[in-house]
Amino acid sequence: MPYVPHTPEDIRRMLDVIGAPSVESLFDEIGPEMRPKRFDLPEGQSEMDVLAHMEALAAKNVSGQVSFLGAGFYDHHIPAAVDALSMRSEFYTAYTPYQPEASQGTLQAIFEYQTAVTRLTGLPYANASLYDGGTALFEAAMMSVRHTGRRKLVVCEAVSPIYRVMLNSYTSNLHLELVTIPHKNGVCDLAALTAALDADTAAVIVQNPNFFGAVSDFSNLFASARAAGVVSIISVYPVLQSVLKTPGEMAADVAVAEGQSLGLPLSFGGPYLGIMTCNKALVRQMPGRVVGRTVDGQGRTGYVLTLQAREQHIRRQKATSNICSNQALCALRALLYLCLVGQEGLTRTANLCLERAHYAAERLTAIPGVARLSGSAPFGNEFAITLPVNAYQVIDKLTSRGVVPGFPLGRYYAGLENALLVACTEKTSMESIGIFAEMLRGSL
Amino acid sequence: MNTVFKKSTPGREGVWPAKPGKAAPDLLPAGLLRGASANLPSLSELDVVRHFTGLSQLNYGVDGNFYPLGSCTMKYNPKFAETVAALPGFTRLHPMLPQLKGAGRLCQGALEVMYETEQLLCEICGMKAFTLHPMAGAHGELTGVMIIAAYHKDKGNKKTKIIVPDSAHGTNPASAHIAGFDVVNLPSKDGIVDPDELAKVLDDEVAGMMMTCPNTLGLFEKNLPRIVEMLRGVDALLYYDGANMNAIMGKMRVGDAGFDVVHLNLHKTFATPHGGGGPGAGPVGVSERLVPYLPISRVEKLEDGQFFLNYDFPKSIGYVAPFYGNFGVVLRAYAYILRLGKAGLVRATEAAVLSANYLRKRLDKVLEVPFDRVCMHEFVASACNMSECHVRALDIAKALLDKGYHAPTIYFPLIVKEALMFEPTETESLDTLDQFADDLIAILAEAEKNPEFVTGAPRTLPVTRLDETRAARNMELTDDL
Ligand SMILES: Cc1ncc(COP(=O)(O)O)c(C=O)c1O
Repeated sequence: MPYVPHTPEDIRRMLDVIGAPSVESLFDEIGPEMRPKRFDLPEGQSEMDVLAHMEALAAKNVSGQVSFLGAGFYDHHIPAAVDALSMRSEFYTAYTPYQPEASQGTLQAIFEYQTAVTRLTGLPYANASLYDGGTALFEAAMMSVRHTGRRKLVVCEAVSPIYRVMLNSYTSNLHLELVTIPHKNGVCDLAALTAALDADTAAVIVQNPNFFGAVSDFSNLFASARAAGVVSIISVYPVLQSVLKTPGEMAADVAVAEGQSLGLPLSFGGPYLGIMTCNKALVRQMPGRVVGRTVDGQGRTGYVLTLQAREQHIRRQKATSNICSNQALCALRALLYLCLVGQEGLTRTANLCLERAHYAAERLTAIPGVARLSGSAPFGNEFAITLPVNAYQVIDKLTSRGVVPGFPLGRYYAGLENALLVACTEKTSMESIGIFAEMLRGSL
Repeated sequence: MNTVFKKSTPGREGVWPAKPGKAAPDLLPAGLLRGASANLPSLSELDVVRHFTGLSQLNYGVDGNFYPLGSCTMKYNPKFAETVAALPGFTRLHPMLPQLKGAGRLCQGALEVMYETEQLLCEICGMKAFTLHPMAGAHGELTGVMIIAAYHKDKGNKKTKIIVPDSAHGTNPASAHIAGFDVVNLPSKDGIVDPDELAKVLDDEVAGMMMTCPNTLGLFEKNLPRIVEMLRGVDALLYYDGANMNAIMGKMRVGDAGFDVVHLNLHKTFATPHGGGGPGAGPVGVSERLVPYLPISRVEKLEDGQFFLNYDFPKSIGYVAPFYGNFGVVLRAYAYILRLGKAGLVRATEAAVLSANYLRKRLDKVLEVPFDRVCMHEFVASACNMSECHVRALDIAKALLDKGYHAPTIYFPLIVKEALMFEPTETESLDTLDQFADDLIAILAEAEKNPEFVTGAPRTLPVTRLDETRAARNMELTDDL
């Protein structure tokens, strides 16, 4: 049997030491009424056969399309060394670093990851990772509820609808009030958000760039929030954080992010990476693992899991979160990515994304009947256009010709059935933008 | 070792993309741009490779070290599962493709993997349906308890409490609390749940009970049929923490045994290495009456064999994940189950239980085993001999590190003093188990003569014991603090 090394002779020796007549006798406590009614599983297969089967399944997915689909999840280049280093078995086959002396590699890497993400967001503290950007946003909201003792969350409608649905699901039994402030043509309504803050508000929640790709400065909103005792929470796109004004510069309290863009493949939705950073006042409200630097008995620098009094294994139901396993290997990949591209490489990547997206916007809006949903509002690597027809019509036509033109905003926003969300990355070539524009022109 | 930031040399070229023609200041108003640089390091590819290769060498991992960390199932995971998860046909797939109308056809292979995995997990556990969305065990627990809440709400039941045995993993009470319930702690008797104790806390306000079976002591909960009956009596649901599924595959199906909800830790039982802390996957299975409340979306198969995602379940708890869970982990689990097949899964369980009992018998002469009877896939010993503690669990753990072993889980479960929890797993050979037992016996003998031998351990690793109080006080969480 693969992966089980015991020979019949080994089994006999082991049973002798145990003093049991048979392996089956070890399961005697499972009474007849608890035994399986059935267990109809297929026969095992060779490694070669399973691989062939999986390759055949992979081939059933369409490949080779030119894609402008993003909506918060982007196809960036991943340096080859990210795979090579993250797959080193000493990283990959280790558990959570409960024994720090035998886990300094993992611990220092997490410490460096924490450092790297705080440099991106400009907020001083970070945890070791959460599941994804959506659960990170929920955890941030819960931090604000505990910190303020208030129960209202004010959310901008231009925050990813996926995250807003998640927030809704998670808070449905928690007696929290979710107030959604409508967007204005894909841009956050800063005045309405500010007006909604009151003495019951725990947090105001925004995203930059928002789901529509629009970029804003939330400094004034966050200042009003601070004055009202409201926690400011912002979700960001890490690649663009190399050039965009940081949550720290806007004086946010908590910045979270989906870290997928940092060295993780799209992989049909996961594993991804929830990034969490915050200011000092909220550190002890953070969920999950945190690594800190210290010294050993001989004064040598070392790293440990710290502030554990927040966590479930100590505090049980009083913990700040239930999270145990996180996305450590994804955090390692994000760190590797950031180190391999470095400061210059990440800035170039962000600029390429911006350049391609702005070129695409120019080409697409030159087509009669096509306009930007948000007018001239600033945007990052993604933007929304309105079409003279239902967006699904365009998607149907173009995908059958090898181009995935973007995401239909009507899927989540009533009234925007004719709007399409278009994303570019550094992998989007100028030529493919031209092909897309011509195809769109021809299809309308 | 210096941090990677200290090794930065400005001007050194990394894996840079081509130079862009335009930059952010050309395209966006200055007020939207960051002032100071993010100050990420400037390193060559080799600088980065050296640094992280060096860091990795400071770690123990399953591929290099026996890792009997109880409750964590640190078995060897076959490499072909990695090949599967890295197939470009899967890694390049954008998760929103199925939402483009009429484009579910663009990712039929991925949907088929999800559908088939759900079917296999249903058969392994005896459940009616599974969702693959939860991204770890604890996330599965939260999802499961939210489903329990939705069920009671829908029926108009006023239920406020979840019962959690005192031997449960810390995530159980934490998950129940985050889902909005009051947690009722249930003391165990003789290592397992006692129906008389349960009767004392069971009332109409109980929404459900979370059980781990075998429990965290590695003991089978033999009063299970009685417990199921008692909970049914008050319309409370029974939740199964499946972190220990590797102990019962083919021997018990949780659905047949009367459980309504189960989460599995795919990263423990089904072939995903732990990655230094994650990612994992915590799929949740439910009985028939809970199917309407599962998270959306759900993958379905049409008459013509095509797969699609259905979002139309009005009673669903909604989204717990942005998409379909940690799909990469699901791919590994699916391939692993196909590789082992029915007989292989049963063999894995049998070997895990055989190994744990063998190690228990090799060690119960030198360590107190508070519940010294047949165990399942793991057992818990105590460093305290009767009431006297000559040596602490922590010290034994550190001495084992010096011998090249990862330590067992220590100080968990909380109900055993100076607990040492051993889980040898099915993939370790008899030679490894014997060598480990011999070395541990030698450590204990040496500790008796010379306590400093263990209290001063470890001595052979990159650092000795670290000052955890200082770490918590100074809160130096980044290189910039
Ligand atoms: C018994 C038990 N339940 C739940 C969990 C939580 O699983 P995860 O770490 O994947 O969230 C674990 C693992 O740590 C466990 O051992």
